[in-house]
Amino acid sequence: MCLAIPGQIVELYPDSPTAALVDVVGVRRRVDLGLLQDELPTMGDWVLIHVGFAMSKISEEDAADQMRTLRMLGEAEAAMQEVEGYGLDNAESAKAD
Amino acid sequence: MMKFVDEFREPEAITRASEEIKRLADPTRHYRIMEVCGGHTHAIYRFGLKDLLPSNLELIHGPGCPVCVLPMGRIDDGLAIAQQPDVIFAAFGDMMRVPGTQGSPLEHKARGMDVRIVYSPTDALKLAHTNPDKHVMFFAIGFETTAPSTALTLVRAKAQGVRNFSVFCNHVTIIPAIRAILDSPDMRLDGFIGPGHVSTVIGCRPYEWIAQNESKPVAVSGFEPLDILQSIVMVLRQLRAGKARIENQYKRVVPWEGNRAALRAMAEVFELRPYFEWRGLGFISQSALRIRQTYAEWDSEQRFEVPGVRVTDPKAAQCGEVLKGVLKPHQCKLFGKECTPEHPVGALMVSSEGSCAAYFNYEHRKTAALTSIASPA
Repeated sequence: MCLAIPGQIVELYPDSPTAALVDVVGVRRRVDLGLLQDELPTMGDWVLIHVGFAMSKISEEDAADQMRTLRMLGEAEAAMQEVEGYGLDNAESAKAD
Repeated sequence: MMKFVDEFREPEAITRASEEIKRLADPTRHYRIMEVCGGHTHAIYRFGLKDLLPSNLELIHGPGCPVCVLPMGRIDDGLAIAQQPDVIFAAFGDMMRVPGTQGSPLEHKARGMDVRIVYSPTDALKLAHTNPDKHVMFFAIGFETTAPSTALTLVRAKAQGVRNFSVFCNHVTIIPAIRAILDSPDMRLDGFIGPGHVSTVIGCRPYEWIAQNESKPVAVSGFEPLDILQSIVMVLRQLRAGKARIENQYKRVVPWEGNRAALRAMAEVFELRPYFEWRGLGFISQSALRIRQTYAEWDSEQRFEVPGVRVTDPKAAQCGEVLKGVLKPHQCKLFGKECTPEHPVGALMVSSEGSCAAYFNYEHRKTAALTSIASPA
């Protein structure tokens, strides 16, 4: 829940300006851009994601740093599990264990 | 633990920062610096940063772990709502193993409650769409890092006219907790390592009173080992110069003014509760958020009968003292005996950001291993 997960915007939806597809180390999920509406990110931008919401824009270098920090903290797996769970694809069928 | 230094990105910079800390620390003083955020607590133990600090510099673990400060009565209240027919209990995975009086959400699931893990509040809303004959209650926790996301989800729920969704709001705010700790008579602190991600939302201004009124330095910090060490350097430099101000070590992510869109979303949906109970810290005035009347229909507390359970923590457990930094985790009577990460009695042992779990996983296991090497049978 408290993880800040770095991802890159790889697709924007013209019909839904407050959402974007982000890529987190190869896993692609839709995240909410509503908390960045004052300065919406564009294609290729890097963002930090908290609980499915892009919270801040960061540089590519900081994104790489953040991923490494998550690995060093032993939280990379939890972060990927969180990202994979966005959109309920896995979460809804997942047993809560 | 020192072996970690080689794995850090800039080992030389780490060594330099560590030497600078030793140089700045007055050997005749004892320093107590609080890292407010549980993420920092986890990082400090994980990276063994204590080994890089002089012995007269003590890091005190603060209240910034949302799962840890939630009183058991709130868990019982949330589960009581979910006992009603056709209610789905949705929460982040972090909540699932937190014990209530009658067991954790996970144990309730085993007894037949419809409990779902979600990774985003928007997915709880999505559950409401896909389960139109059920009511989805999202058990919301967290500081300002997660509160804006809950707020925006409620804005969406209202706009979409979703009627079978509500939020059981347990969001808390960090500033009143810091104030309560500073007001606590048994607490002496020299400065603060400020939370990183909370500050992405609230910015640095809300800490200014700590410098101005309490004359304590604050360095808002990132989560890498070098970030934390640099923040300690910032605090020590100020102390040495007899100054107190707010410094932003985590500029690459934290804007001084915070995230205005996030603050607007929170203001739209939430208002301050007159008071809220924190585990270990007791009742703190204006320290938590509740849902505004304009969103009453999506407020679980207004839609459902809430028992308003108050539970005193198990007597032997000293979560409160540990949470305030008065006791170290291993000084609690239950630590490592009745209370372990596998069988947590208190919430500080549940979350990886809780100081007891962090201490157990890194310090305690290390000490146990060393002891077994030192005294072979």
